Amino acid sequence: MKAIKYTGLAIFIAALSIFTAILFLGEFSASKETVSKFINDNGIKSELLEKELQQTVTDKNFTSPFTFSSAVRSALEKSNNVHKEKQEWDKVIWKKPHTFGFELAKKSGKGFVVENQGLLWWLTFGLGIIGALLFILPNLILLGKPGIKNDHIYHNAATNRGWIAWGVLVYLVVFYLLLYFAPDYVVNWTFILDPISKALNGGPASQWFVYGFLYCTIMIVMGVRMYIKYRHNKYQIMRTTSVLFFQIVFAFLIPEIMTSLNMPGYDFKNAFPLDYDFFFEWNIDALTSSGGIGIFILVWGIVLTLVVVPLMVYFFGKRWYCSWVCGCGGLAETLGDPYRQNSNKSLLAWKTERWIIHGVLAFSLIMTLVTLYCYFSGADSFIGIKSQWIKDTYSFFIGAWFAGVIGTGFYPIFGNRTWCRFGCPLAAYLGLVQRFKSRFRITTNGGQCISCGNCSTYCEQGIDVRAYAQKGENIVRSSCVGCGICSAVCPRGVLKLENGPEEGRINPTEVLLGNDVDLIELAKQNKKAS
Amino acid sequence: MEHVVIIGNGISGITAARHIRKLSDKKITVVSAETDYFFSRTALMYIYMGHMKFEHTQPYENWFWKKNRIDLKKGYVAHVDTAANELHFADKSTLSYDKLIIATGSKPNKFGWPGQDLNGAQGLYSKQDLDMLEKNAPDNKTCKRAVIVGGGLIGIEMAEMLLTRDIPVTFLVREDSFWNGVLPPGESDMINRHIREHHIDLRLGVNLKEINDDGKGNVKSIVIAETGEEIECNVVGLTAGVSPNIDFLKASNIEIGRGVKVNRFLETNVSNVYAIGDCAEQHEGINQRRPIEAVWYTGRMMGETLARTICGTPTKYSPGHWFNSAKFLDIEYQTYGWVWAQPKDGETNFYWEHADGNKCININFNKNTNKFIGINTFGIRMRHEIFDRWLTEEQTVDYVLEHLKDANFDPEFYSQYEKEIVTKYNSENNKQIKVKSKSWKRIFA
Repeated sequence: MKAIKYTGLAIFIAALSIFTAILFLGEFSASKETVSKFINDNGIKSELLEKELQQTVTDKNFTSPFTFSSAVRSALEKSNNVHKEKQEWDKVIWKKPHTFGFELAKKSGKGFVVENQGLLWWLTFGLGIIGALLFILPNLILLGKPGIKNDHIYHNAATNRGWIAWGVLVYLVVFYLLLYFAPDYVVNWTFILDPISKALNGGPASQWFVYGFLYCTIMIVMGVRMYIKYRHNKYQIMRTTSVLFFQIVFAFLIPEIMTSLNMPGYDFKNAFPLDYDFFFEWNIDALTSSGGIGIFILVWGIVLTLVVVPLMVYFFGKRWYCSWVCGCGGLAETLGDPYRQNSNKSLLAWKTERWIIHGVLAFSLIMTLVTLYCYFSGADSFIGIKSQWIKDTYSFFIGAWFAGVIGTGFYPIFGNRTWCRFGCPLAAYLGLVQRFKSRFRITTNGGQCISCGNCSTYCEQGIDVRAYAQKGENIVRSSCVGCGICSAVCPRGVLKLENGPEEGRINPTEVLLGNDVDLIELAKQNKKAS
Repeated sequence: MEHVVIIGNGISGITAARHIRKLSDKKITVVSAETDYFFSRTALMYIYMGHMKFEHTQPYENWFWKKNRIDLKKGYVAHVDTAANELHFADKSTLSYDKLIIATGSKPNKFGWPGQDLNGAQGLYSKQDLDMLEKNAPDNKTCKRAVIVGGGLIGIEMAEMLLTRDIPVTFLVREDSFWNGVLPPGESDMINRHIREHHIDLRLGVNLKEINDDGKGNVKSIVIAETGEEIECNVVGLTAGVSPNIDFLKASNIEIGRGVKVNRFLETNVSNVYAIGDCAEQHEGINQRRPIEAVWYTGRMMGETLARTICGTPTKYSPGHWFNSAKFLDIEYQTYGWVWAQPKDGETNFYWEHADGNKCININFNKNTNKFIGINTFGIRMRHEIFDRWLTEEQTVDYVLEHLKDANFDPEFYSQYEKEIVTKYNSENNKQIKVKSKSWKRIFA
């Protein structure tokens, strides 16, 4: 069994190496026609840019996407500089150079990668999936009888912030940096997925398609790991199934199919303000110009945030979204599960968390307010804040850096819910509802807690669960995403996630159950509480 | 300002310290020779198994003590001079007190077995014991086999720990079934099977004769008394129970028996000296409890109670209905009220076991009045509050079974077995009880 496991690991590492090496392969050359067509298709008015591009890239052979894109970007820079000097603003290309480079590279790929899409898919995704499953499936036997098996988590360099964890962090961070800021460098990955993309939405794969496909693949494979690890725990099985369903169907398939039907691709479960650009002008314009479906999406998006979200939180707690539906939560609960113990449990972290997450919520609301005011009034700023500036700032710092690079990249060292805990404005909103108006709580089972610390250790949100449990108090915290792991790892059956009457949900206790210190006084207390 | 000194930073001593601070402004000093800060002793096993690091077993962050003005002193108390109200430490320093709380817990029992002090023979109680085990049994090359002597809760925990390092374990149990001094036959047998399913070499009804050394002071093997069989091993776990850790009091004026003798107010024979937790011995057991209760929960209750007395509200130690819990490898155990290994006069048991052999419940009730006396539950979590209430209300077993769904505490979506349980009860007792569905109203009544 162990041999199978390690074979699987070797295959997975091989697949990952090939996946990485592919970035350096391939040939890029753009014919005169390709460049002209590209210029026309994009409605570019600068003849200078076309001339520059024809000079630097046409009929030249580049042996990597980096050199190709670099040539394209220098042509773009040259022409932009000239136009800016002459104040020919309509001829300046405002698109980010790396995105511009990506788009032309996407049309200019030749050679090995483009010609062997199927083979390379199997060598990367295929082998990766097989290797990972070979690594995971033997756990059915290796883990022994069903039950909590957290053995050696703190002895392992992958899960105890060792060199493996740091290695994974660096890989993930670089991955996100390229994805967000230099898609031209990862254009080769998109070629591998072109056939699948064409089948789904009719067009070639973008870097976002690669990300979406990879996201689903990783969630499914790591979901299998969850199914095995928590096979004794039906709550975990149901929850894992739910996040997989919502990711694959709602976040991936439905938007792709909508795109293929010439509708705006929309993730129906992605609620504002997590979906921070929902009220951006381009989105509102796109939706209002898409007929009935566009209007439906616009109305649904507003109803989702204002009615569905708080109502569901009232009945079930914020878990219905964060650990049953959400895509970020879905990745955190599958890929991120091995890292959950690395969240910081200190009081200082809790204080920091409250400032940052509510700050992001305020930021997103102010941004939306400014955007909407400017949209309807035609102004370009509101209360002294420029609409374009605040959108760009939010997209860059929160959308890309916080949610992506830090949010997922930092899993191995800072735990799997860094974004959800410190950054997600939707989580902040859900949390406020959960804290003040909800039927959800984690019930502490009387006096049964032995303060062992498993619950706090494995709380991905960094809640010091034990601090409540050992006092006999229920856990009512805005940040709790209801993953249920504290209850699962408790050796004494002390914790239960449940939805019940609001009355008595918060139950401060002086003396724990089981100690009849003073029966008359205790009776008085109970009366007061009820 | 009155100075309260507490010897021992376990759950009893720390609970007392916290509650004294809540209720008063007294100067508080907690003395320990074991660790700098309070940690959860019951969690030591998880450190060896790699579920947690030592710091995770500390329920309070290190700044907590200073903020709450609870002074911590590391030192080993060698003698208590009650006449001078002074502690004498092993390093010859002294500390005077106005009130003294002894909360020094237990130490593993050793019954004079030949070789019991060899390297590799050890108990598992303190942080030092854990460090020693890490040294003695880091992997299955250093420790090719371990033998555990004593079939109690610590023994089975130690077996579980060693299994995570792939160390083969032989488990010597004096009784003819695991923990059957406490568990009725059904439960005890279920745990026997569970232990064996984990490939632990469980030997029932055997005693340790001696531990042999390898000529260099290390454990080489053990010999079983009954069969004379010699089993080679590198570690011997001595887990045949614990007894109060009070040897340092022998030369003092404080009255001791097996533990420090205390009355219902947890007072010793010396007026300003108290004892709580594992090391305290009641003159008589309270409500069928044992005079010495080496249980986490009772230590905590004594701490809560004594804090009141010390802060001016003399309060009797009055534990409520008995409850306890444990985990045997993968099977969780909870108990509420009294279920004895053998029913007492006038009592009888109703036992149900699930077909998978990993879940069961056992209800003890009065044969004549049907009064519910207690429940053991294995593999199914139950609500403490509900059973505590039912015991106070002196409900019948029929009532308990009828409302069993109210007591279920398993996570959502788990299979529920109340119907199956009640069907069995009905057929055995010729009853027509119908299980009521769960009612929040009743639960929060």
